[in-house]
Amino acid sequence: MNTQARIPAVELPSDFRSRAHQALGDAQLRGNFRKAMDSLMAKRASAFADADEREQLRALGNAIRARALSKLPQLLEQLETNLTRQGVQVHWAETVEQANAIVLNIAQAHQAKRVVKGKSMVSEEMEMNDFLAARGLECLEADMGEFIVQLDHEKPSHIIVPAIHKNARQVAALFQQRLAVEYTEDVDQLIQIGRRVLRQKFFEADIGVSGVNFAVAETGTLLLVENEGNGRMVTSVPKVHIAVTGIEKVVENLRDVVPLLSLLTRSALGIPITTYVNMISSPRKPHEQDGPEEVHLVLLDNGRSQAFADGELRQTLNCIRCGACMNHCPVYTRVGGHTYGEVYPGPIGKIITPHLVGLAKVPDHPSASSLCGACGEVCPVKIPIPALLRRLREENVKAPDTPHPVMRGQGSKYSRKERLLWNAWARLNSSPALYRAFLRLATRLRGLTPGNVGPWSQNHSAPKPAPRSLHERAREHFATRGNRP
Amino acid sequence: MSARDNILAKLRHSLQGTTPLADHYDEALVTEPWTYATSERLARLKTLMEAVHTEVHVTQAATWPALLTELLAQRSISSLLVAPGSEHGQQLAAYLGEGPSLQLKAYDRPVEQWKQELFDNTPASLTSTLGAIAATGSLVLWPTREEPRLMSLVPPLHVALLKASQVYDNFYSVQRQQGWASGMPTNALLISGPSKTADIEQVLAYGAHGPKDLIVLIVEDQ
Amino acid sequence: MTELYYDAAPNATRVVPPLHGPRQYPTNKPAQVYLFGTCVVDLFFPEAGMDAIHLLEREGIAVNYPQGQSCCGQPAYTSGYTEQARQVAKAQLALFEQDWPVVVPSGSCAGMFREHYPALFEADPALLRQAQALAARTYELAEFLLHVCKVELSDTGAPVKVALHTSCSARREMNTHLHGRALLAQLGNVERVDHSHESECCGFGGTFSVRLPDIAGAMVQDKTRQLIETGAHQVISADCGCLLNINGALEKQQAALRGQHLASFLWQRTGGAR
Repeated sequence: MNTQARIPAVELPSDFRSRAHQALGDAQLRGNFRKAMDSLMAKRASAFADADEREQLRALGNAIRARALSKLPQLLEQLETNLTRQGVQVHWAETVEQANAIVLNIAQAHQAKRVVKGKSMVSEEMEMNDFLAARGLECLEADMGEFIVQLDHEKPSHIIVPAIHKNARQVAALFQQRLAVEYTEDVDQLIQIGRRVLRQKFFEADIGVSGVNFAVAETGTLLLVENEGNGRMVTSVPKVHIAVTGIEKVVENLRDVVPLLSLLTRSALGIPITTYVNMISSPRKPHEQDGPEEVHLVLLDNGRSQAFADGELRQTLNCIRCGACMNHCPVYTRVGGHTYGEVYPGPIGKIITPHLVGLAKVPDHPSASSLCGACGEVCPVKIPIPALLRRLREENVKAPDTPHPVMRGQGSKYSRKERLLWNAWARLNSSPALYRAFLRLATRLRGLTPGNVGPWSQNHSAPKPAPRSLHERAREHFATRGNRP
Repeated sequence: MSARDNILAKLRHSLQGTTPLADHYDEALVTEPWTYATSERLARLKTLMEAVHTEVHVTQAATWPALLTELLAQRSISSLLVAPGSEHGQQLAAYLGEGPSLQLKAYDRPVEQWKQELFDNTPASLTSTLGAIAATGSLVLWPTREEPRLMSLVPPLHVALLKASQVYDNFYSVQRQQGWASGMPTNALLISGPSKTADIEQVLAYGAHGPKDLIVLIVEDQ
Repeated sequence: MTELYYDAAPNATRVVPPLHGPRQYPTNKPAQVYLFGTCVVDLFFPEAGMDAIHLLEREGIAVNYPQGQSCCGQPAYTSGYTEQARQVAKAQLALFEQDWPVVVPSGSCAGMFREHYPALFEADPALLRQAQALAARTYELAEFLLHVCKVELSDTGAPVKVALHTSCSARREMNTHLHGRALLAQLGNVERVDHSHESECCGFGGTFSVRLPDIAGAMVQDKTRQLIETGAHQVISADCGCLLNINGALEKQQAALRGQHLASFLWQRTGGAR
C-alpha cells in the first residue's frame, strides 16, 4: 500500500515557502478551500446570531480556560485521583516517544494486532499510526475524513475537516483504487462504502484509541464530541480504550463544559451541538454488558509546559481546537493546511507548533500572517493570536544566545544584518533632523526610484515618492497662513 | 523523577507567586437565552431534532406500542432489541402478545457472546432516555446494564422513548436537576440526531458509523 | 485599555478583560488638534494629509503639525523588533505636549497609538502615563470628523460609484469601516457598493507583503479582482498602507481602477479646491 502514489500524485516540497508557492498555483486546491472556508464562516455566523450573547460567551470561555490553567497542576492531580478511583489508568508522557511507548506497552500486554482510532490531533502529534505500523500493528483511522486522508498516505489539512482539500471526485478515485469498489462520486454512496469497511474494523479491533475534548477534573470524566459515531465505536466496542490528550485539556468542573461545548460546536461547524457528546468516567463495571474492560488516559506534555511557563504565551493553551481561526484566515484559505507542514495548521498552528517542535523547525510560521486579526476576532476562547504571533516574531529575531530563552529554537530568524537595518531605521525615525533629511532626499531623487524593488515588484509596480513630502507641504501651508482655521 | 513529577514540577514552577483565578461563572448566560415557556419547549426540541433528520412523533402512554409497531412494519423490520425487564419492554411485549409480527430481542449477555449478531443481524433498538434538552435538540442517555451503550449505536435504527415531562431547557439545567456533579456513570450520552458526516466536500450524509435513522417517540403523560 | 495587552505579572495566567464599551466622544469640537500624518502619507500620499488638514480647518479647528514627527513605529513592532519600535514611539510620544486631540489619517497607525503604545511602555510608569493619555485622545480621521466634529457634508460632485476598503487592524481595533461608511452615506451622489469578501485582508500587513510575497500577492490579487468586479469607479480607503498595496497591484495589472484616500475624496466631493 505504501508504494502506491497519491491521487492525484502530489509531492510536497520541504519548506514552507515552496509549499505555499505550489499550493497557490493549484487552482483546484484553492477552489476547494475557498468554497469550504466560505461555507464554514457563514455557518458560524448564523450560529451566533446574537452578537452580545456571542461576546459574553467568548468572555466566559476565556475566563474558564484561564481559570483552569491558573490551577492546572492541582486540576491534573484531581483528574488523576478521580479517574484512578473510578478504574481508569492514568499515564503521563513528557514527549511523544514516551506517549507512544505507553501505547505500545498496553497493546503488547493484550497481544493486540488491530487498533482503530477515532479522531485525535494528539495522536497525530505522536504519529501513532506510523509508530504502531512499524511495530506490526495495524492502526486505522475511523473518522471518515481521517480515513480518506490515511488511505492516500496524507496528513489532515484541517483539524476539524481533515479531508477538506479533496473533492468528491478525488475521493471517488481513491476509493475505487484502494478499496476496489465501483467508481461513484455520490457522497452518500461514498460514505456508505466507508461505513462498511470501518464497521468490520470496529468489530475486529483489539484496541480503540481516541482523543479527548474536555477532561473534567471534578468528576473524572473524559468528554468527546463527534458527529459520526466512530468516537463512540472506538470507546465502546474494543476491549481496551486508550485516550490520548494534551495536559491543557482539563477543565475544573462539569458546568464549565456547558459554555465551552456551545462555543466549540458553534464556532467549528455552526451547529448547536454535535450528534454525540460522549462522556466516559470508568471502564466497564462488573455486570455491565459492554464497554472496554480497560480504559487508559495518556496525558501528553510535548512542549505545552514551555508555552505554560510564560504568562502571555500560556494563552495558547486556552485553545479548544474548533478550527474557527483557520476557517477565517486569509492565508490558510489560500495555501491550505498541508503548506504548514505540521499537525496544526493555520493561526493556531502558527502559535502552538513552535512549542511542540521548536521555533527553528518552523521559522516562517510566525511571519506568515498579515496580522489582520480575523483569527483573534473569532477565537471562542479569546486567544489574542495576532499578539502572540507578534511575540513569537520577537522571540524569533532575538540573538540565539540571548539569556533566559523562553522557547526552544529562539532566534531562528536572527540576522545581524537585519537587526542593524532596523537599528538604523529606528535611529532615522527617532531623529527629526535625520528623518527630514531622508524625506528631502527621497522626494528629490524620486526620479531615480528603481522599477524593480525586490519582492514588492512581484505583485506591484514600484511606489514612487511624492515630489514634496507632507512635512514640506504642511510647513509651507502653515507658514503662509499660520495655523488659523 | 517520573514524567508525571517532571510535568507537575514544571507547571508548579511556572505558577510560582501567582494565585488561582476566582470562579466568576455566569450562570445566567448559559441559562437565560436557553429557557423556554412550557408551550415552546417541546416544539423547539422537535424543530431542532427534525432539522438533523430525526423522526419525531408525539404519542400517548397507551398508544406508543401501536405506533412503534406500525413504524417498524413500514420499514419491514421484524426484530427489535429491547430491555425485557423494563417497564416499556413489558408494555411492548404485552401489546404484541403472541403475534409473530415483531420479534423482541434482549441485550442480556456480554457483548462478546453475541457481537456478530448485534452487528449483523440487529436492525433496530428501542431505548428509554433520561430526558431531552430543548436548547440543543438532544436526548440524554445514561446506558445501563439493561440498556447497554452499544444498543443506541450499532443497530441502524434507534428508537428512543422520551417522556414529554422530561424535556429540560438546557444542558446546565439537566446537570443541576439530575445531580450530575455528584457522580457520573460509566458512560453518559447526549444524542442529537442520527449519525452524520460532512467530511466529503461538506456534503451532509447521514448514517456514517452509528444509526442511519433515529426515531423519537415523545410520550405525553396523562 | 486593550484586550491584547493588560497589566499582569509576567508569569500570571492572563484573562482577557471585558470588552471596552463604545467610545465616549467629547461633546464640543476642540479649538486645536494635532495631526499625525504617518510616514506613508508623508512620503507617498501627502495630498491626503493636506486634505485632512483642509477638512479639519473647514470645521473651524486649528491644526498643529509637529515637524518632529516621523513614524508610529508599527513596522518594527509587527516585525518583532520591539526595542526599535519603542525608540521610535518614544520620540513621537514627546511631540504632543498640549492636551489636544491627535488626529491620524490612517487607521492602523491610530490603532498603534491607541492599542499598542501603552504596552510598549509598561515598564516605565512616567512614559506609560503619557502613552495612556495619548491613546485616550487619539482619533482616526474619519472617526474624528464623524463623532467629534459631527460634520454634515454636502456633495457637489457628479454621481459616482465607489467601493470602500478598510484596513483590518483599523476595523477590528477602531470600527473604522462604520465611520467611513457613515461619511460616504452623507454624500448624495455617491453610491457605495459592497465587494465580495469585503472584510478580508488586502494582503499588505506591513513587512508581510515583502517577506511572503507569494501569499500576499495572492491576497491582493483576489482583493483587486473583487474590487474591480463591483464596477466601482473608485476605491476609497482611510488607510494608506492598504492603498499603497492595492494601487501598486492595480497599476501592475494595468487596471483602470485606483484607490484614493478618504480625506481627499471627501474634500473634493464637498467643494474643496486642490
